[in-house]
Amino acid sequence: MSSKLAAAPSRAGTGRAKAILKDDRRAAFWFLLPSFLGLTIFLLVPLAASLVLSFTNWQLIGQSKFVGWRNYVNLISLDPSFWQVLRNTFHFTIEYLVLNIVISVTMAVWISNLRWGKSFFRLIFFLPTFTPLIGSAIVWLLIFTPGGFADFIFSTLHLPIPNLLTSPDLALQAIVIVSLWSGFGYNLLLFGAALEAIPQSYLDAAAIDGASSWQRFWRIKLPLISPTLFFGTVMTAITSLQVFDQVYALTRGGPGSATATLGFSIYRTGFAAYKMGYASAIAWVLFVIIMALTILQLRVQRRWVHYDL
Amino acid sequence: MTFDETHHSPTQRVGGILLHVGIVLAAIAFLFPFFWMVTNAIRPNAEVLAVPPQLFPSDWQWSNFVYAWLYLPFGRFFLNSVIVAGGITILTLTVSSMAAYAFARLRFPFSDSLFVVYLATLMVPQAVIVIPLFLMMSWLGWMNSFQGLILPMAFSTFGTFMLRQYFLQIPKELEEAAMIEGCSRFTIFLRIILPLSRPMLGLLALFTFTGQWNSFLWPLIIVNGPDYSTIPLGLTLFQSQQGVQWNYMMAGSTISMLPGILLTLALQRYIFSGIAMGSGFGGR
Repeated sequence: MSSKLAAAPSRAGTGRAKAILKDDRRAAFWFLLPSFLGLTIFLLVPLAASLVLSFTNWQLIGQSKFVGWRNYVNLISLDPSFWQVLRNTFHFTIEYLVLNIVISVTMAVWISNLRWGKSFFRLIFFLPTFTPLIGSAIVWLLIFTPGGFADFIFSTLHLPIPNLLTSPDLALQAIVIVSLWSGFGYNLLLFGAALEAIPQSYLDAAAIDGASSWQRFWRIKLPLISPTLFFGTVMTAITSLQVFDQVYALTRGGPGSATATLGFSIYRTGFAAYKMGYASAIAWVLFVIIMALTILQLRVQRRWVHYDL
Repeated sequence: MTFDETHHSPTQRVGGILLHVGIVLAAIAFLFPFFWMVTNAIRPNAEVLAVPPQLFPSDWQWSNFVYAWLYLPFGRFFLNSVIVAGGITILTLTVSSMAAYAFARLRFPFSDSLFVVYLATLMVPQAVIVIPLFLMMSWLGWMNSFQGLILPMAFSTFGTFMLRQYFLQIPKELEEAAMIEGCSRFTIFLRIILPLSRPMLGLLALFTFTGQWNSFLWPLIIVNGPDYSTIPLGLTLFQSQQGVQWNYMMAGSTISMLPGILLTLALQRYIFSGIAMGSGFGGR
């Protein structure tokens, strides 16, 4: 970036160049002012405020005071529901992430091998992506509701599966299914585009050398799409750690706290119980997890992603 | 055409047919929730949970859409969603294109560090800042207001990042000529840079608008009651009405999903090109 900037106008050492530089500074000030003000007021200040709040017992009404690390200590040592929330969040994220990536890569490879209708099928699986998650979740609520279509299928096939939404053990699976249905089309498209970009000559050469289609997948296609695969995985992990809409519409965190995730717990603690300080501490736990994940994956990326082509 | 296709053996041909049959079956299964949504929207509520389930309604009551629209003020929700998503989109485009121009073309102290700060804000989840934002809005008296729904969501730096990349590809010579003519930076930005960036601005508008159309958490927090409710929030109001009117809920879901589906169908190439850039336009 800096090299491009330095290469800009010639540094003739004239007063004119200096004048342009001064004009640039003034222009930059005005060009950046709206975004800088907006970011500061609506993002940076609230971010700092939520950190400060997390060290108070703010409850919206009544006296509030600094309590030091007590919120965090309570979360870890006294609040059994927090561990469940953390477990639910990781359970959801890992299961959803693995299924999303496996399904979208498989489907992307599958569709790229079709002779007819590649873009048609990509379009079909993409359809829910641009629609409100709340809308999809409510449709699935009807399917999963006791006595609904899912229960009918289970009983017809004599599967010993209880109603998903009312079962503490399985309710999270309902959240996973809804999320997959409305979400994997995005990654399918992302990976599909990466597969299309692989030069056909690479695959032809490998085929002439006798590589099976299995080998072509693992040795050529997968390494070549790995930058995109990595990118999609990071984005999906970060969004799924924040899962909220589906939980709110399908289960409101229940039964009990069986589907309460970090995102839902922040909402419930802050806006149903009005424990704003405590909720801010939960929010910062989420933020730290997301930061750690981003940094970790940026490191890993250097090791296994093939960028050279 | 390719190696695979010119040399197919009978087994490969059978494999090819199976691939197509399989994907058609998968697509039909995938589309079932859409089918279930529409057929339940138009049947009498008493039939929704019939045992065994009936695939098609006994009576196709398309009028349910009208009743759902009247049962809750869906027209109001729709208008609110248009105002909120539209307002955020216009503001985002204006603010982020200006910032992107500064980062792409202007030389000023600490530009690199400032850009890193802008980028880093992308990492902040909405859930982390909603509590202070809520307190700020109630302090300002902006609960239940359009400014409260729009302003806090209008400063994502994602557009800044995307547009900066795009502006960097525009040849500098165009601007240098204009500068010799005596045009100001602002004139250059308005007359040269923005018109040349229409494809990227359109993409950003599309993704911002649909993202905000679907957004739920922030309206849930600062809106009470139907007056400022957006469509996703309005849908959850069905859930709290007495007695579950499943058919109206399905009609409501259909209305909520229709704009996104129509946009996807109409602009598929455009949308797909945006996602193919691998730039993270609203990953899921």
